[in-house]
Amino acid sequence: MSGILGYGAYVPYYRLTRQAMGSGRGERAVASYDEDAVSMAVEAGREACSNNENAIDTLIFATTSAPYAEKLNSAAITAALDLPASVRSMELGGNSRMGLAGLLLAADLGVAGKTSLVCAGDVVVGGPGGARERDSGDGAVAFITGSEDQAIARVLGQASSTTEVLDVWRLPGDQFARQWEERFGVEVLAPVSLDTAQRALTAAGVAPDQLTSVILDATNKRDVAGIPKALGLESGQVADMLADNLGRCGAAHAGLVLANVLDTAQPGDKILVLSTADGCDAVVLEVTDNIKSSGRPKRTVQHWLASSNNELAYNSYLKWRGILPFEPPRRPDPDRPSGPIMKRHERWKYAFCGSRCECGQAHLPPQRACVKCRSIDKMKEERFADEPCKVTTFTLDHLAYSLQPPVISSVVDFDVGGRLACELTDADPGEVKIGNRLEMTFRRFYTGQGVHNYFWKARPQR
Amino acid sequence: MASNGIKDQVAIVGMGCTAFGEHWDRDASDMLIESATSAYQSAGVDPDDVDAYWLGTFASGVSGMVFSEALKTPYKPVTRIENMCATGSEAIRNAAYAVASGAYDLVMAVGVEKLKDGGYSGLVVPGPDGDGTESSMTAPAMFSLLAPAYCEKYGVEESELKDVLSRIAWKNHVAGAKNPKAQFRKEVPIEKICNSPRIAGMFGVFDCSGVADGSAAAIMCRAEDAHKYTDNPIYLKAFSIAAGPNEGFISEDYDFTTFQEVVVSAQDAYKQAGITNPREQISMAEVHDCFTATELVLMEDMGFSERGEGWRDVMEGRFDGDGAQPINPDGGLKSFGHPIGASGLRMMYEMWLQLRGEAGERQIDNPKIGLTHNLGGQPGRCVSFVSIVGNEIG
Repeated sequence: MSGILGYGAYVPYYRLTRQAMGSGRGERAVASYDEDAVSMAVEAGREACSNNENAIDTLIFATTSAPYAEKLNSAAITAALDLPASVRSMELGGNSRMGLAGLLLAADLGVAGKTSLVCAGDVVVGGPGGARERDSGDGAVAFITGSEDQAIARVLGQASSTTEVLDVWRLPGDQFARQWEERFGVEVLAPVSLDTAQRALTAAGVAPDQLTSVILDATNKRDVAGIPKALGLESGQVADMLADNLGRCGAAHAGLVLANVLDTAQPGDKILVLSTADGCDAVVLEVTDNIKSSGRPKRTVQHWLASSNNELAYNSYLKWRGILPFEPPRRPDPDRPSGPIMKRHERWKYAFCGSRCECGQAHLPPQRACVKCRSIDKMKEERFADEPCKVTTFTLDHLAYSLQPPVISSVVDFDVGGRLACELTDADPGEVKIGNRLEMTFRRFYTGQGVHNYFWKARPQR
Repeated sequence: MASNGIKDQVAIVGMGCTAFGEHWDRDASDMLIESATSAYQSAGVDPDDVDAYWLGTFASGVSGMVFSEALKTPYKPVTRIENMCATGSEAIRNAAYAVASGAYDLVMAVGVEKLKDGGYSGLVVPGPDGDGTESSMTAPAMFSLLAPAYCEKYGVEESELKDVLSRIAWKNHVAGAKNPKAQFRKEVPIEKICNSPRIAGMFGVFDCSGVADGSAAAIMCRAEDAHKYTDNPIYLKAFSIAAGPNEGFISEDYDFTTFQEVVVSAQDAYKQAGITNPREQISMAEVHDCFTATELVLMEDMGFSERGEGWRDVMEGRFDGDGAQPINPDGGLKSFGHPIGASGLRMMYEMWLQLRGEAGERQIDNPKIGLTHNLGGQPGRCVSFVSIVGNEIG
């Protein structure tokens, strides 16, 4: 038997209101211009790992918006999370069910005694004016799975189905997914979803009325709309799918709703999680006593949802996603970073490790010669990714290239000692003050000549 | 271990300088031909008389052949020099040291930059390949960090400092208006400067130096030979350059109200020249006013003002063209323009004119000792150059 040992969530700072898109109530979460599925998966992974002592054997990354079509995206996640090079890693994609599919696979690995980190992240883009744009969201979630003894939620049973059907699809290079008539998808996938749910419950030996929460995720919510009635569920058993203030976050969504449920779950709670797309995966979990003392992240899903800014203009959003062309700045396009230099500096660029001299002086990026005592090679590596810091001085740069001008350039000092010149992100230029508390966040700075440039920025503490 | 300097060993005997500005109609080679030819004429020498050349250019070409191919100098030594925005000054320093060593009798330092062919706003710095983690701050952003730090340290209100910065820009525009070679030859009302659109931090457009094309050149020989070429040579009394270890972006002690590189290079130069009271002994200075706040901080770093008092001296007009210690009488980088590789030589060109009484309507009354200051990089992380020159030996 196996289970979930810990988890973490991440919801980006910006929200686009449905009013700003045209009409409707509520808002969707929007990845900033400097975020993608990988950077958000790193943020969720950091949350999950912050409360985990277990060595990770396997990293599974699930997304439908992989930044690289070829090149292992999970390798960047591994490096940014400072996981050992001996980790096994793989990527799942193809549809939004792969987040939950990854969790089930990792649960199976837990039976074999392996500890896994499953990260799911997605930036879901829909054609302007369509339902997919309106109803989707961007976000990430991460779970650590392993053997049952340390689990905060153990797997009681699971079931899967695979269905060949033309429901939602997207060709390589296409910007937007397409969808067949919804009623056709419902016709095919509603019975598959119900059958999978019932088989999972049977495998778990749990009756529907014993369930505390039922999470019903699907590419089309009508695929699973009939399940509560068919299983005889009360309305209180059906989980809030966060449509009003998050939107459906692709491969991360089922997990994000599960994280929201786990944030307030009590020992003994039984949870059915189901995700439908080209078939269905379902799992029944039981929350254990361990949840009282371990496994929960510092920040709940509700915390992330409350920490937000919904003043984003629709045309800014369209620029961020590359949908709306715009007047370029009279500044050169960014250069692509160099492959060999990124490799040599991998511990800095991804793991955010500086160095500290034996005299005490910290250096970011790591140096061999100390600026204080001028000793050479008396340094120890030190990771600063999770260290709090503050604004020492800053400026608003109206000239620098950015998809969200002005660039807030800052000199940041870490509480543990150490200084860095870096950009602030997720910040209102009018609110930045010397002394503001900051934390580091992993971002995709830009894409230059076909190369994504990931590195760290500081943001106001969320 | 010593910085002995070459006080009064080398003299400048001829100089040339192009107008600075947006020269859409000229290549770098055209500007080199103009500045070098003017310098030959100024010194009354034939090109063949010059033994060796030092060419300063930041990014308008590589190698000494940028110069030798433009002028078709026949197989003479030409050394290409680069030290960021202090490039032109480095050309002078290295050429002067070669003369002082006895290796050559007559040398030329020449600087050139062609910035306006790229089609971009502001300065674009071509860098080596990187790992993508380098700070992407633009030049105005880097220097704008000085302003809030100065306010914080000395208890000056931001609105008060904005007036100080605007007055520095106003002063340098007044000077530029009197300079036929300057990029901007118009006085600008102080309200217009104050209200110009923001570029970075407290800086508006008028707080920034002009992005310009241009070239300037100097011919030097041993001091004892100077009168062979001119009745009014100027004598080189000190050169200093300091390259920083990037303390400002590593150490939490740095507070963005000073350039340690400037402090060190100024003190070294004063020692070489025997200057003990720069506020009184230096008649005038051309300093690196890439941005208005830079000029303010430089006044304190070079000892022209007490710490925290520079802003008062600015407001009292001490550094005006008719003030007690004129700063940037030719308009400075602000209105003369800043073609990187040429700027250090342009500063020396103003010393040449002023110390010889040839500065026309901006002539300072009887100057004896002048200083040029040239800086490359940013607050916390730069190279700083200081030279001291005079029109008499001793």
